[in-house]
Amino acid sequence: MEVKKAAMAGTLESSDAQVTVEPGNGTIELSIESSVIHQFGKQIKATILETLGRLDVTSAKVKVVDKGALDCTLKARVECAVYRSNDITENLPWGGVIK
Amino acid sequence: MINAVGRDIPEEVLKATGKKVFEGAYAYDNYEYTKAAPTVHAVCDPKRSKLVENIHEALVKCGIKDGMTISFHHHFREGDYIVNMVMEEIHNMGIKGITICASSLGKAHDPIVPMIEDGTIVGIQSSGVRGKIGEAISTGKLRDLAIMRSHGGRVRAIESGEVHIDIAFIGAPTCDEYGNMKANGGKSDCGVLSYAVVDAEYADKVVAITDCLVPFPNVPASISMVHVDYVCVVDAIGNPAKIATGAAKPTTDVRKIMMADYCTQFVINTPYFKEGFSYQTGVGGASIASTISLGKIMEERGIHMGLGLGGITTPMCNLLAKGLIRTLVDTQDFDMGAIESIKTNPNHIEITASEYANPFNKGAYVNKLDFVILASLEVDTNFNCNVVVGSDGMITGAQGGHPDTAAGAKCTIVIAPLLQGRIPAICSNVTTVTTPGETVDVVITDYGIAINPRRQDLIECMKDVKLPFKTIEELRDMAYAMVGEPDPVQFGDRVVGIIEARDGTIIDVVREIKEYEFKD
Amino acid sequence: MSHPNKKRLRRSMMFLNCQKPGLIKDPYIYKPDSIMLDLEDAVAENQKDAARYSLYHALQEIDYRGVERVVRINGLDTPHWKEDIRVCVAGGADTIRIAKTETAQDVHIVEEHVLAAEKEFGRPEGSTLLMAALESCKGVLNALEVCKSSDRLIGIALSGGDYTKDLQTVITGTGVELQGARQHMIIAARAAGVQCWDTVFTNLDAMDVFEEEVKMIKMMGFDGKSLVNPRQIDIVHKVFTPTQKEIIFAEKVVKEIDEKKALGIGVFTVDGKMIDIAFYDGAKRTIDLAKASGVYEGDL
Repeated sequence: MEVKKAAMAGTLESSDAQVTVEPGNGTIELSIESSVIHQFGKQIKATILETLGRLDVTSAKVKVVDKGALDCTLKARVECAVYRSNDITENLPWGGVIK
Repeated sequence: MINAVGRDIPEEVLKATGKKVFEGAYAYDNYEYTKAAPTVHAVCDPKRSKLVENIHEALVKCGIKDGMTISFHHHFREGDYIVNMVMEEIHNMGIKGITICASSLGKAHDPIVPMIEDGTIVGIQSSGVRGKIGEAISTGKLRDLAIMRSHGGRVRAIESGEVHIDIAFIGAPTCDEYGNMKANGGKSDCGVLSYAVVDAEYADKVVAITDCLVPFPNVPASISMVHVDYVCVVDAIGNPAKIATGAAKPTTDVRKIMMADYCTQFVINTPYFKEGFSYQTGVGGASIASTISLGKIMEERGIHMGLGLGGITTPMCNLLAKGLIRTLVDTQDFDMGAIESIKTNPNHIEITASEYANPFNKGAYVNKLDFVILASLEVDTNFNCNVVVGSDGMITGAQGGHPDTAAGAKCTIVIAPLLQGRIPAICSNVTTVTTPGETVDVVITDYGIAINPRRQDLIECMKDVKLPFKTIEELRDMAYAMVGEPDPVQFGDRVVGIIEARDGTIIDVVREIKEYEFKD
Repeated sequence: MSHPNKKRLRRSMMFLNCQKPGLIKDPYIYKPDSIMLDLEDAVAENQKDAARYSLYHALQEIDYRGVERVVRINGLDTPHWKEDIRVCVAGGADTIRIAKTETAQDVHIVEEHVLAAEKEFGRPEGSTLLMAALESCKGVLNALEVCKSSDRLIGIALSGGDYTKDLQTVITGTGVELQGARQHMIIAARAAGVQCWDTVFTNLDAMDVFEEEVKMIKMMGFDGKSLVNPRQIDIVHKVFTPTQKEIIFAEKVVKEIDEKKALGIGVFTVDGKMIDIAFYDGAKRTIDLAKASGVYEGDL
């Protein structure tokens, strides 16, 4: 899926993450800031990249500001930001590329 | 060299400090040593005044010079003005190489950080370091190794001569012109002066700093004039609003109340819960809730606490006022209620930090505890606790009396929610060991309760008790199943601080924090 | 055959805002009978989409440890409810709470979309249960037709805030404004053989008033209550906990009826009270409540 415009999802509350996506230059430029970076930086990165991979996003600037979100929340925020960048809110592929 | 809690203490640290590795919580029982003594100046001429005009004059008269060790107490908590006031003057005088030996340092002392950076301060020894000072240490800005000691360990270090204080600065809510200090009666009441007593007794020079000079004699004094060289009157020694806050409202957080109820149920099902039992608890929401729920059961069953110990909060004072506690023994007051209580209730008494927790005196109050209820940032599957280093690797907490009370009490209970955000409180390996697992008996979380397998007696007596018992490994696994297994913090190689066990051995080291790197 | 969970115990049904990750990650720790993950009022209009992704992953990945997972979807007068139903079914929600239900037709429309979603996402047909929130005078008056509208329907819940607005009054704290709706709804629910839940109580500084209200609705026959805070759960469970006397009596009734039925005896006495088969379900329910409250130690 293409990231068509800048979009954001999530908050900076504890246990949440704020994900911003912007159109990219052919690659994934990922920046991660996290209150739990030492313990979970690796897992956060893997979850974000997997989620982007499932959505077939290959070109985007992605910024994640994490406040100790669980993986399920990270996925939800990435998916939401990507679909928002395409203005899609209906007939989503639950259980397909969203899983 | 690997110590008794499995931590590798670098040889160069052992060499540099001359310290030994931790061998076990009671390895130094019956240890023989000769106490240190201060070098003092007699005051026999009655015409000589102890009053000085200002901090500057006090420093000059005390002979302040590069490389000295000076000390402070933390009874004014986040309202303290003394540390900054004295350090600012030392800084203005161009003195370098100072080591601060404090009973604790907090966010109120953030302004001294630039003095760490410019070499005015090169050493910090404390029972707690929060805020920017912690960050400065963790980012390697302090020249010398920071030394983190428990409250009892600090007294031991001073009395044994491990640290020698050149000048002690003691903030006193009231003081007379000859140096008799009291904790109450002025503008900045703090309840007790317990932690400052050893400083008065063992420092070469002692300066009393007050904002309320009272007529001689200011008795009964918490700290006597016989130890005091100079008295300095200043406008304000602290901010009363931050020294003692109003009593915290009992928590409405159901999770904390649930843990508190588990705690109370555990306590009352042990053989130690009987007439005259002794008890200490902290200031966290769950601790306070457990004091309240325990109080109800004491009332119902007509069981009285013989000794209530520690840092004191209003709920403990309420139990005292109701006649449910015989004697409340106090080293620190956390709120107005506690300060009021010690002023008015004859069964609420002040003790020194040595009496409270010093492992090298001839028996401290902590040794007489049946129960202590503590909190912890992390607990590992060996029951080791970390109360000093945050999940980001930064020094951000205080041993306080944690290791002392844990070692002393017959039943040491640690309450911690299983998860703080994504960080599991129960883990395979704590970031830093600050209290050895052999002294921790029970861990209570919102997901279940684990009893240390070393305490088969407690496991046996809980056999028929309906509480959600789990093994510590089960608790850890539950946490990891929810959040994933955490990686260890990425530290640099340089050791920036040592965690001293109560007995002065090294239980762990703290390394310099390093920016996180993704390893692909 | 109706769904095995249709009549499960639902004393405490706690609302949680789907948009708050910190709230939905482990509410089971408070041991409610059901959680109600809210896509409706708690979620801001511009975050409806975001809440659905969170809901989907929470339903799929968080082990709620046996707590029933109800989702409150947006009303049929909004643009959101169709996608809400899809995500609920795809995620495997146990039950969908239909907001602002007024007629049996409303339930039928939801049912139709639920069935379509069950087919789309390969879920067993009929596996998703429904409950209806009555939030208007019309809805309350149509309680009976709503209760009878669907095999999936587990019961009806009063939503007092909107209902009192429709009545042109407010929540007064006396309960007088809710009397009629409560009485009517519980009668309708029982007539149709479904469950019935009381409205939320939002003043967390008046826990004693809350407790009185729970006692009252229990006496009226309600199965439980919608809750807004975990502090309320224990109080509800305590009020709904049968006394030892009730438990012992219920146990005798169940055992005697089982025994006497085999012998062909229809009416007999237990502790001097005339008992027949009509007492059986009530006695069973008492035992179930006792078990759920952790106070039953017998062998039934």
